[in-house]
Amino acid sequence: MKEKPFKAPVATERDLRLDLFRGLALWLIFLDHIPSNAVSWITIRNYGFSDATEIFVFISGYTAAFVYGRAMQVNGFLVSAARVLKRAWQIYIAHVFLFTIYLAEISYVAHSFDNPLFTEEMGVLDFMKNPDVTILQALLLKFKPVNMDILPLYIVLLVWFAPILWLLQRSPSLALVFSAGLYTLMWLFDWNFESYPSGTWAFNPYAWQLLFVFGAWCALGGAQRLALWINSPIVIGLAFTYLLFAFSIAMTWYLPRLGVFVPKFVSDAIYPIDKTNLDVLRILHFLSLAVITVWLVPSHWPALKSRFFWPAIVCGQHSLGIFCLGVFLSFAGHFVFTEFSNRVITHVIVSISGIGIMVAAAVLISWYRIIERQGPGPRPPTTKKGYAGGDV
Amino acid sequence: MMRRLSFLLAFLMLVMLEQAWPANAENSAKKLAEHPAECRVAENLIEANFALQQVNRAITAKHLNILVLGAGSSLLPGANGSKDAYPARLQHALSEKLAGVEVKVTTDVKAKRSAAEMVKTLPQALSIAKPALVVWQTGTVDAMQAIDPDQFSQALDRGINIARSAGADVVFINPQYSPRTESMIALGTYAENMRWVALQQEVPLFDRFGIMKLWADMGTFDFYSATKKLDMAEHVHDCIGRLLGDLVIAAAKLSEPHTEGGR
Repeated sequence: MKEKPFKAPVATERDLRLDLFRGLALWLIFLDHIPSNAVSWITIRNYGFSDATEIFVFISGYTAAFVYGRAMQVNGFLVSAARVLKRAWQIYIAHVFLFTIYLAEISYVAHSFDNPLFTEEMGVLDFMKNPDVTILQALLLKFKPVNMDILPLYIVLLVWFAPILWLLQRSPSLALVFSAGLYTLMWLFDWNFESYPSGTWAFNPYAWQLLFVFGAWCALGGAQRLALWINSPIVIGLAFTYLLFAFSIAMTWYLPRLGVFVPKFVSDAIYPIDKTNLDVLRILHFLSLAVITVWLVPSHWPALKSRFFWPAIVCGQHSLGIFCLGVFLSFAGHFVFTEFSNRVITHVIVSISGIGIMVAAAVLISWYRIIERQGPGPRPPTTKKGYAGGDV
Repeated sequence: MMRRLSFLLAFLMLVMLEQAWPANAENSAKKLAEHPAECRVAENLIEANFALQQVNRAITAKHLNILVLGAGSSLLPGANGSKDAYPARLQHALSEKLAGVEVKVTTDVKAKRSAAEMVKTLPQALSIAKPALVVWQTGTVDAMQAIDPDQFSQALDRGINIARSAGADVVFINPQYSPRTESMIALGTYAENMRWVALQQEVPLFDRFGIMKLWADMGTFDFYSATKKLDMAEHVHDCIGRLLGDLVIAAAKLSEPHTEGGR
C-alpha cells in the first residue's frame, strides 16, 4: 500500500496499529477461508456479529486515504486519481490470477470425484460445461467463486474512490453523509450488483462502501474529532456491553440449548444478521471492537515495535500480495484436507504453516521494496547473459 | 528455515500415516450394516426444541401422514433409490417405533429446486398428502445458485405458513456436509438463515450438516471416497431416516404436558 515517497514528507505518522490489525485480519481471513478448518474456531466471527472482513475494509479505506490523500494534495486530482485506478487494475489482475488457480482446482475435483450421495452438490460444477461464458463472466466480475468476493469489492471501492477522496478533502462531513445516504438508499431500494449465473454480489458494494469511506474519513482527521468521544468512559462502557451482548448471542449459535434464554422479541429484532448488506448490528460490533482496541492499544505502545507483533505488522504492510497469497493458501489447505488428511492435527499444521508462508512472503516483498528504492545503483559494465533479474 | 523444514517433514509423515484411513472407514461402514445403532454416535445432536402438536395428535389418532419436501439430496439414484432414500427409511423407523400407528411418508422431491420453487408446488402436494408434518429439506440449491439470502428466508417463512395453515407441523433439514465441494458452495449464510427462521418460527431443525460432519470427524463414514457404489449412501440415508424419526417422536412428546393451543 505504501507509495514511493514523492516529496519526501517522511511517513512518520504511519500508525503501526493499522498494519498490525490488518495483518491479523489477513490471517483470520485465511483461517476462515479454509472450509471446516478446526483452527478457525479462534477467529472473531465466532464470538460476535462482525468478522475480519470489516477490519480489512475499514483499514484499507484508512490507508488508501492516508496514501492517496497526500498524493492528491501534492500532485493534484488527476495524477492521484490515475494512481488509484492503477491500483484497482493491479487488484483486478490479482483477482484474475486467483480465478485461474480456482479453475484448476475445480477441474480436478470435477474429473476425480464421484459419489451418489453428493449428486446434487456436484451440480455446482455444471458451469464447467460452458467455460467460454464462465470465464467471460469472471472477467466481468460477475461470476465469483466462493471466497473470492473481497477483491471485486475492493476494485469497485477503489474505482469510486478518487471523487470520494476529493469530496472528503473539501468537506469531510458531506462525504460521510453522502456515503451513509447511499447505504440507506441501498437498504430502501435493495440495490446490489448482479452476479452470474444468478443472484447478487455476496459483498454488496453499495453497503460496504460505508465502512471504507468511514475509514478514509478517520484517516483525514475524523479520528481526532472522534477522540473525545472514543475515550469517554460512557462510550467504552457501551462498547463493552454491546460486545458482551453479541458474545452471548453468538454462544446460542453453537449451543442451541441456550437459545431458550433469548427472549423472542430480541431474536425477532436481530435476525437475520445480514452480511451481504453489512447489517447495522455488524457495523456496531465492529465499532465497539474498534473503540475497545483503541482504548487498550495506544498508538505509541512500545510493544508495537517488538518482535512479537512484527510478523503480523509486516503482513499488514503488504496487504494485497498477502491477501491473494492467503486465498491461494486456503485453496491449497482445503486440497490437503480432501486429498491427504482431515485430522485436527493436519488442520493445525496447515494453519500454522500457512501463516508462516504469509509472513515469509511479506518479508520477501519488503526486501524487494528496499532494493527497488535503492535504485539501479552502480551497474556492472556489461550485463551477463542469463542473469537478467535472476541474481538473487 | 529449519523450523519450516521440520514442519514439512512432520506433515509428510502424517500423510503416510493417513494412508491406513480409508480402510478403517470401510470397516466401520460394514459394521453399520449389522448394528445400525452405530449411526447413533450423532444422537446427541438431535435437538427437539419445539413441540410438534399436529404430529402428537396424529399419533394419538393412530394415523400419521408425513410429506417430505426436498431436492436432490433427498434422493438416491438406482433402481432401489426410492426404497433406500431417507424418506422411506423414516417411514420404516417410525413404523417400528410407533407400534399400532399407521405411518405413511409421501414425497415431493425433485433435484435442483430452490426453496422458492418448492413453495410453489407445496399447496398442491399438501392437498394430496394431507400430512400432519412437512419435513422440508432445502438450502443447498439456493446456496449453489447464490439466491439472495433474504429471498431464501422469505421463501422459508412462506412455506412454513402454507404448511401450518394446511394443518401441518414443519421440520427443517439443512444441507449435507459435502467436504469435496465445500470450497465451491458457500453454505454458511443459507445454513444460518435456516437456523434463524427455524428459531423465529419455532420449527425443529434436523441438523444434517452437523451430524454428517460429526460422522466424518469420527470416521464413521468417509465422505471423501470417490465411488459409484451406493453402499455408503444407503447407510447414510438409513441413519438419517432413523435419527429423523427420533427427532419427530421427541418433538411430538414435547407437546404432551400442555395439549392446549397449537397452530
